[in-house]
Amino acid sequence: MENNSIQNILESLNYFTPELALMLTFFVLLLVDLFFRKSKYLLPAISLVGFIVSGYLLVYTPDVKGFLFSTGMTNIGLYVIDPFSFFFKILILLAMIYTILFSLSSKEINEAGGNRGEYYVLLSSFALGMFLLTSTIDLLLMYLSFELVSLSSYILAGFTRNVKRSAEASLKYIIFGAVASGAMLYGISILYGLTGTTNLYLINFYLSNQNIESLPLVIAGLLIIGGIGFKISMAPFHFWTPDVYEGAPITITAVLSVASKAAGFALLIRSLKIMFIDYTATNLQSSAWAILSQFKWNELIAGLAVLTMTLGNLAALWQSNLKRMLAYSSIAHAGYMLTGFVILDNQGIMAILIYFFIYLFMNLGAFFVVMLIADKLGSEEMEDYTGLGYKAPFLGVSLTIFLISLTGIPPTAGFVAKLYLFGALIKAKWIWLAVIGVLNSVISLYYYLKVVKNMFLRESEIEYSHNLGHGNLLITLSLLIPTLLFGIYFKPIIEFAEQSVRIFGF
Amino acid sequence: MSGIPYLTLVTFLPILGMIIVLLIKSEKIQLIRITAAIVTFLQIVIAALMWSKFNFSAAGINDQSSFQFVEKVRWIEIKNLADWIGTVKIDYFLGVDGLSMPMVLLTALISFLGVLASWNISKGIKGYFALYLLLDTGMMGSFVALDFFLFYVFWELMLLPMYFLIGIWGGPRKEYAAIKFFIYTLFGSVFMLLVMLGLYFSTYEILPDGSKVYTFNMLQMMNPVNYSKEGLLSPFNPNNLRFIAYIFLFIGFAIKVPMFPFHTWLPDAHVEAPTPISVILAGILLKLGTYGMMRISFPIFPEITNQLAYWIAVFGMINIVYGALCAMAQKDFKSLIAYSSISHMGYVLLGMASLTTQGMMGALFQMFNHGTITAMLFMIVGVIYDRAHTRGVNDFGGLALQMPVYTGITTVAFFASLGLPGLSGFISEAFVFLGAFSNETIRILAIISTLGILLTAAYMLWTMQRIYFGKLNPRWENLPDVNKLELAALSPLAVVVILFGIYPSPMLNLMNTSVNKLVEIVVNGQVTFSNLSALIK
Repeated sequence: MENNSIQNILESLNYFTPELALMLTFFVLLLVDLFFRKSKYLLPAISLVGFIVSGYLLVYTPDVKGFLFSTGMTNIGLYVIDPFSFFFKILILLAMIYTILFSLSSKEINEAGGNRGEYYVLLSSFALGMFLLTSTIDLLLMYLSFELVSLSSYILAGFTRNVKRSAEASLKYIIFGAVASGAMLYGISILYGLTGTTNLYLINFYLSNQNIESLPLVIAGLLIIGGIGFKISMAPFHFWTPDVYEGAPITITAVLSVASKAAGFALLIRSLKIMFIDYTATNLQSSAWAILSQFKWNELIAGLAVLTMTLGNLAALWQSNLKRMLAYSSIAHAGYMLTGFVILDNQGIMAILIYFFIYLFMNLGAFFVVMLIADKLGSEEMEDYTGLGYKAPFLGVSLTIFLISLTGIPPTAGFVAKLYLFGALIKAKWIWLAVIGVLNSVISLYYYLKVVKNMFLRESEIEYSHNLGHGNLLITLSLLIPTLLFGIYFKPIIEFAEQSVRIFGF
Repeated sequence: MSGIPYLTLVTFLPILGMIIVLLIKSEKIQLIRITAAIVTFLQIVIAALMWSKFNFSAAGINDQSSFQFVEKVRWIEIKNLADWIGTVKIDYFLGVDGLSMPMVLLTALISFLGVLASWNISKGIKGYFALYLLLDTGMMGSFVALDFFLFYVFWELMLLPMYFLIGIWGGPRKEYAAIKFFIYTLFGSVFMLLVMLGLYFSTYEILPDGSKVYTFNMLQMMNPVNYSKEGLLSPFNPNNLRFIAYIFLFIGFAIKVPMFPFHTWLPDAHVEAPTPISVILAGILLKLGTYGMMRISFPIFPEITNQLAYWIAVFGMINIVYGALCAMAQKDFKSLIAYSSISHMGYVLLGMASLTTQGMMGALFQMFNHGTITAMLFMIVGVIYDRAHTRGVNDFGGLALQMPVYTGITTVAFFASLGLPGLSGFISEAFVFLGAFSNETIRILAIISTLGILLTAAYMLWTMQRIYFGKLNPRWENLPDVNKLELAALSPLAVVVILFGIYPSPMLNLMNTSVNKLVEIVVNGQVTFSNLSALIK
């Protein structure tokens, strides 16, 4: 018995190499920071190498393997490797790599003073936490990795300590976050009390075979959904988002809006799907799932999705600060994506994956351009963008394309994302949800265009010129080209997403 | 089909032009203008070539083999997917029939003349023509696309360039007008998107290898046999949502027409837009709404078209009378013409709703004629505004002696607009009324609509009198007559208006076969589609 466990752990490590690479990066960064504090490029370079190595190992890890780190009969495992987690890990790595690249030219980060080492160290622990979140199948590991992600991001959000709003953002984030993770932990403990296990598959097994009262189950489910909902800024747990997004350095805002949201979604989808699905009635052929009758979570999520996108969009209408507006817009996008989860079939999950992949490029693109302009202009107020389209045509046109893509108008990739999402809704006959979704896209057009209007429809006398430099030009292009290309040729994303909906055990 | 890809050329030539324009240095203004002119002129040449090769007896509408200049290539095909998704397939599918060919000709003609009218745009010339050409591709593509997805992409492609063209080069309230245009049309098109998806998940196409896949192909959607048993918009499904889908789709198109009560964006957009953009807007863009109804709503939902034809006619009537009354009350020359557009598009709705060959022919011909006549009218407004910097109808008077050539051309346009026999507007309106009268259910609406002719004559003549006759306002003693460039833009249209007024056969023959087929599909389709519904109930 004892031998077997050790055997299993050692074997499991073979499948755990991408995460190990991230851990190694973390330690190397810590050490290097001690000795080579002056060098500007060393730390980011090491982070980049670490992420790329991790990505390489990820691609060459065998496809499917369940139940890593099992230590005997009572604990059948903590971790799975499946196409679903692979997809999100790739997404997270891409976002992390872009964040490092953004940080290189970010004035905020480079002039923050203090210890830049921390920044890169924390980014790698942040990435590690998100990796764990996408693959965990055990409530305990889920909570631990959740905290790892949260703690790293609290500090990162307040990294520019001298800026008042950054410190404020960090503090708010901690307070909200502490409540959210406390609630989640409480939910986990109830669930453990009900079922006597922390493994998601075993929980499902108990729930479907034993007669369990639905009230405590619903409470536990709500608390867990609330905790994860905090991470993906789902209404009504979104209140921290605008303040934190506005206060944090833009690079961190960008990574929070994409990577940490992706990890949250992966966790939400995996845990709810594994725990609360009725395996006996689920039709694997047609991919439609049946859910346990005690807890109709999909109706709850449908309501929250509507609330999230509508609140996000309506609040975004009134914003004059660009970062804050993008924060609300990212809340709205979380709302759109949640709708894909409501319909309980693979088509919906595929739509979410497609959406995320495209969202990565367009949202990071928008943040990057805003960052470049803000560094030069010293402001993120829309008013100050007046006439900017003529002073910096490339950035102006790029930002316009990213914003149009966020609205979802062809021929940009954002349209394909919305097409698949609303298509899945229509196919599953959730018409009312689709109608609310498209109406929300129309609302969002107004505030995205407000930026475009300021840049191009108005003229101003201000002096502004932007010498972009080759590096930044390349980064912008690497985000811009997929945003346009996937709008007219989206076959690769569809195939990738279709292969990635497989969650271990299904 | 082998040979020259006429439709791809005619659609994507402007994009090529756009790229060239973007490569030219922005100081070389003349070169940019000439490039745009050449590109759009080539479009006319291609369109004319197509017209000369057109087979007048091929009907099209729902039969791929009788479409002409067809190009069908697989655009996106994803095979070997899991069972729950199946093969995903989207075609690059273009083709023309008697319904779209007149619109292709119209688009080519107006786009070229619009470039001539843009000659004195002075600000941001490079950006202007780049956007203009992009818009051109969007419009042309919408008219020739036969795959719904492709159609939708072209349809939406028009929005952004139009937003900028109004928003950057427009008048004092340009920001308001531009965003209003954008939001209105996007509002309409997102509903169209939902219907498109609903249709996609309800229709199957059988591939050569025997497999069944969902399809965006419009022609397949017109055939009830292709619908799945349980599809949301399938006539086989007793709980289908075809009625609601029709309304959604109709609103999408009605906003573009624009049909009362969705018309309020149009006067704003027109008044603020620069002259050539007004010309494009009224001359081509509005036609897309009614074209969409004829191409998509009618043959895909024939049974509901029959059910709702009466109400379409009612809205047509409201458009005619209400538009004319509003036009009469306008003090701004340009918004007067804008409201007259609303009124004239009412005829198109009325003619279509009659569901008779004459009425439908009239509607289609009216689309063409209104395109040319209104383009003239907006250019005429542009001419006077460029010189006087005011458009108040009451600010002028006695221009006839001061600008005789200009007045002569204006007279042609005005009389064509009010439907004087011998000019093209008369023929199409006559056909519309012929059709509407012969359909008993809407006869009374047709009778009320004739009021519109009277009102049109009244406001047109009244405007004529206020601007061109009477005593010359001394302020305008030095106004020069039209210059050569303006004449070059206006006279081809005048020729077309007179030519088709006297000898409309070339155009009518072009439309005839297809319109007959469309009417047949709508009328018989009622039987097939309704029978299906009855059978399963």
